[in-house]
Amino acid sequence: MAEQVWINMGPQHPMTHGLWNLRVKLDGDTIVDADPEMGYLHRGVEKLCEVRNYLKPIVLMDRLCYVSSLTWAHVYCKAVENLMDIEPPPRGKYLNVIACELQRMASHGMWLAAFLADLGLLTGFLYSLRERELVLDLLQLMTGQRMNQNYPRPGGVHNDLPPGFEDEVRRVFRYLRRQYKGYKKFLEDSPTFLMRTQGVGVLRKEDAINYGVTGPNLRGSGARVDLRELDPYDVYDELDFEPVVYEEGDTYARYKVRFGEFFESMRIIEQALDRLPQGPFRIKTPKRAEGEGYARTEDPRGEALIYIIGDGSDRPYRVKIRSPIFVTLSALPMMLRGHRIADVASVTGGIDVCVGEIDK
Amino acid sequence: MSFEEQLTQRLPERFPEGIEGAEVVQPRRVEATAKREDLRAICTYLRDEEGFEHVSCISAVDWVTHLENVYHLVSYQHNIMLQLNVQIPSEDPWVDTVSDIWKGALYHEREAYDLMGIQFRDHPDLRRILLPKDFVFHPLRKDYAGE
Repeated sequence: MAEQVWINMGPQHPMTHGLWNLRVKLDGDTIVDADPEMGYLHRGVEKLCEVRNYLKPIVLMDRLCYVSSLTWAHVYCKAVENLMDIEPPPRGKYLNVIACELQRMASHGMWLAAFLADLGLLTGFLYSLRERELVLDLLQLMTGQRMNQNYPRPGGVHNDLPPGFEDEVRRVFRYLRRQYKGYKKFLEDSPTFLMRTQGVGVLRKEDAINYGVTGPNLRGSGARVDLRELDPYDVYDELDFEPVVYEEGDTYARYKVRFGEFFESMRIIEQALDRLPQGPFRIKTPKRAEGEGYARTEDPRGEALIYIIGDGSDRPYRVKIRSPIFVTLSALPMMLRGHRIADVASVTGGIDVCVGEIDK
Repeated sequence: MSFEEQLTQRLPERFPEGIEGAEVVQPRRVEATAKREDLRAICTYLRDEEGFEHVSCISAVDWVTHLENVYHLVSYQHNIMLQLNVQIPSEDPWVDTVSDIWKGALYHEREAYDLMGIQFRDHPDLRRILLPKDFVFHPLRKDYAGE
């Protein structure tokens, strides 16, 4: 029997998408164990929040995950609202839903691009980034920024919709629906793509739940867990959508979940635009708060939770961030065992790693 | 009676010493305080008999006078979230691990140890997770100045 060796995939490695290190123990080219190492991007966001007033951490939260910044600012604002016991006006809630779903589309677009690049399908990478740019244009129209939008606020959002936004959304969505149907066909007809994804990195439903895996990765294992449906926040209980669930638990199922969510997000945004109420989009909030509050939302990567404690001053006493991918990585060694080293890119690409939110 | 209300009654009945102040704070949200000596028994009971299959978050808080662990436990089948606060004395900061009950707690506990210095007894792999191995202090403690 050959000697078993530990090798480092990272911190600089094409499959890592950011700085982290996956140590894998190999027997020949079969993985017998793995150990993710992170912390290269640790900025101490939780500590930084403790020395700023309640509004300022929003820009820090934007930088938690560089692929999906708006949803993190949103969950922070929900936690502050819960702490201060305030309720944003209906229009503010609807605008938050529209912004978060646009961000989810952009995030899934970035995921698809990175995932296909991991598999060596560089054409798909370029297609997906090109379409993501259109979603980012919509976000820019809405918030003023492509990325790091600084848009949600405790008690609503920063600004109202610009004129002509609705027409622009519908025009772009018509185009995206057509394009993504084509991409779906070209991926699912490709034997190479199916070979690299089907039956790879299988995660059973019980293991996924026990390991705290959430979001699209859990729904790819057959659990119908979508916090927008189970524990609705903002106005998701007024909107009609269907969580995308697949049973197989492999990388291919996770791909199908995210692809389906892309279309669901478009449905949600169109409904929200149809029902968008008039009125104020933001209310004033107190400067100081005492007590505790938390919010959990369905981030593009899973369950995001922020737990916040106020001590009566104008700064949070403690902010704790639950990053979904941080927890999902603990299931990675189990998913990798028994696979070849060539499958690592498919598995880690399939769970949609974002180092910014892992390392905080 | 809703499941939340039943749970707030059953928990103190089952653990008269271990559980205090169980209450429903809003729909789908329950809070309680647990003794650290009984934490493992309570968590095993919650998983096996009340259907809490997911540990969402473990937050360590430094209250200067003492430390506190806040467990956010989720039951998907009953669709509720239970917040369990556990007080820990600063001079002897240990608490039993729950990582064998829910594997999802593995990294949360490593993080709480790394940043707040809480010792999780019987954790299989209690190493620093975000900070370098040779770091000597726990930066989220309040006695470490952040400014």
